[in-house]
Amino acid sequence: MAGRSGSKHQFRILYDGLRRLRSALRVGLLALPTVLVCLPVFLIVTGSVMSNGELGRYLETVFYDGTEYIRWKIVPDYPTFGNYGKLLFLSPQFFVLFWNSVKMTAGILAGQLLAGVPAAWAFAVYQGRGSRILFTLYVVLMLLPFQVTMLSSYLVLDRLHMIDTPGGVIIPAVFSTLPVFLTYGGFRSIPVQLLEAARIDGAGEWRIFGMIGLPLGRSGLLSAFVLGFLEYWNMMEQPMAFLEDKSLWPLSLYLPEITWEQAGYAFAASAITLIPAVFVFAWGQDYLEQGIIYSGLKE
Amino acid sequence: MKGHAAGAGQRRNRRFFLLFVMPSLLGVILFVLIPFMDVVWRSFHTVVAGRFTGFQNYAAVFGNQAFRLAVRNTVRFTLTGIPLLVVLSLLIALQISKAANIGTIKSLYLFPLAMPTAVVVLVWKMVFYRQGFLNLLLTQAGAWTGLWGEVHTDYIGTGASFGVLVFSYLWKNCGYTMILWLAGIRQVPAELSEAARVDGASEKQIVRKIVLPNLKGSLYTIVVLSFLNSFKIYREAYLAAGPYPQQDMYLLQHLFNNWFVDLEFDKMAAATVCVGAFLFAVIILLMRIWDKREE
Repeated sequence: MAGRSGSKHQFRILYDGLRRLRSALRVGLLALPTVLVCLPVFLIVTGSVMSNGELGRYLETVFYDGTEYIRWKIVPDYPTFGNYGKLLFLSPQFFVLFWNSVKMTAGILAGQLLAGVPAAWAFAVYQGRGSRILFTLYVVLMLLPFQVTMLSSYLVLDRLHMIDTPGGVIIPAVFSTLPVFLTYGGFRSIPVQLLEAARIDGAGEWRIFGMIGLPLGRSGLLSAFVLGFLEYWNMMEQPMAFLEDKSLWPLSLYLPEITWEQAGYAFAASAITLIPAVFVFAWGQDYLEQGIIYSGLKE
Repeated sequence: MKGHAAGAGQRRNRRFFLLFVMPSLLGVILFVLIPFMDVVWRSFHTVVAGRFTGFQNYAAVFGNQAFRLAVRNTVRFTLTGIPLLVVLSLLIALQISKAANIGTIKSLYLFPLAMPTAVVVLVWKMVFYRQGFLNLLLTQAGAWTGLWGEVHTDYIGTGASFGVLVFSYLWKNCGYTMILWLAGIRQVPAELSEAARVDGASEKQIVRKIVLPNLKGSLYTIVVLSFLNSFKIYREAYLAAGPYPQQDMYLLQHLFNNWFVDLEFDKMAAATVCVGAFLFAVIILLMRIWDKREE
């Protein structure tokens, strides 16, 4: 008897232990991203307010293969905004690159608005046999990685003399079919009866697009915008392939070029690159989520 | 009368479809479809004289050592990364869907999507280089438990680089995939789980018998999108280790870029056609499976 209740007791302890382990695991799963997300941001921000000398002392061992381990300070010995100052006021090159990034991102998003949004409207509202086949083509194109279209883009850009111009990066991205797909998701959520009612009331198709489609389908449009911004602000493959002139490069390509002697710059420049992305993320997180969900819709 | 109206509706549909789709379609034809035909043509010709060579370019591609290495690594990366990502994000989504304060946690998981790669790589270097944070942490853990001594592994320059790549992929895409799972979980009819709960089913049973079977539709989408996003890992790999990294992380994307830089357009054209055709087949196949599910 005693043995049986003893084993029951042990079983109980084991069971409790397992449950505790599981809840610890759950907490870990939810807490882990906090560490993994906050650590990089924390390192960038604290690094950007350290002087080059202090950063050098901490990082030297990493980049010149020393024997000690890396060190870091939560609060720098001599906090300074010198890196930002030099970057913003004394290096015009940085401004050029920042504006390159802004121009490219803005150009692409504006172009997508002009070409992609009407196309999404066409696929969502005027369906027929032909439109379905074409839509499948758009979906396939949307799923092809850059490397598959790299050579064809290069060939046409070369023929149009657009290699080594900002247009060479902007134009192919304007005709990307992903934003069409995302915007389509928003337009599809508008009830068809609403469009029919507007038609009966005598509204023309352009008016319906402008007065009903754009305002009511705005969630798709904005989610394409947010996903697009984060993608193009971070664009690397296209400028790397199509821009030789480094003065045309966007920030995302310039950052890795900064050498370790100027680590302070690298951190400050990273922080500045991060700011617009954080801003758009904070403002558009709901649309970002919506966009991800639209990207997962089948039709 | 009705037939007539339907005919007029169809005509209107066709006319406005063309009008609205035209700007985008012209761009796609001019910048994607026609140049792709050009690539197909080039894959059968020599670079310089444009002489017809049959399948010689293709033979050269498949005989190429670098190509085989790149294909092997890319396949290995996809087969490791995607299952890990899909399962991990599903586990997180299942946990989160029960949690109360969902907003903050979602933001935290999504934030890596907004981090520019160049910024991320700067941090990864500080973590994964020989004297970096990871080794510091491991060494301290070793000293604390007394099980091992100082750790000086170089994670970028050795076979461990593959693991770093997978980690980086998971780190970046977990939030994206998790949102897709959450959307799928939300679509599982609440009445079903309620009814099961009333009948005395445990939470675990509900997940296994009701939620998971209803997520099969999401699974296909998630695999396709994870695959699409897996190609972007090239950015991290390139920034961390340059155009010729340690051989375990030499991917197809490196190869394409290096052929491009070296102007080896004949090989590149043949490889483009092969990879493009392969992806096309996979995508169409998956679409078929989707459509069958819906019927």
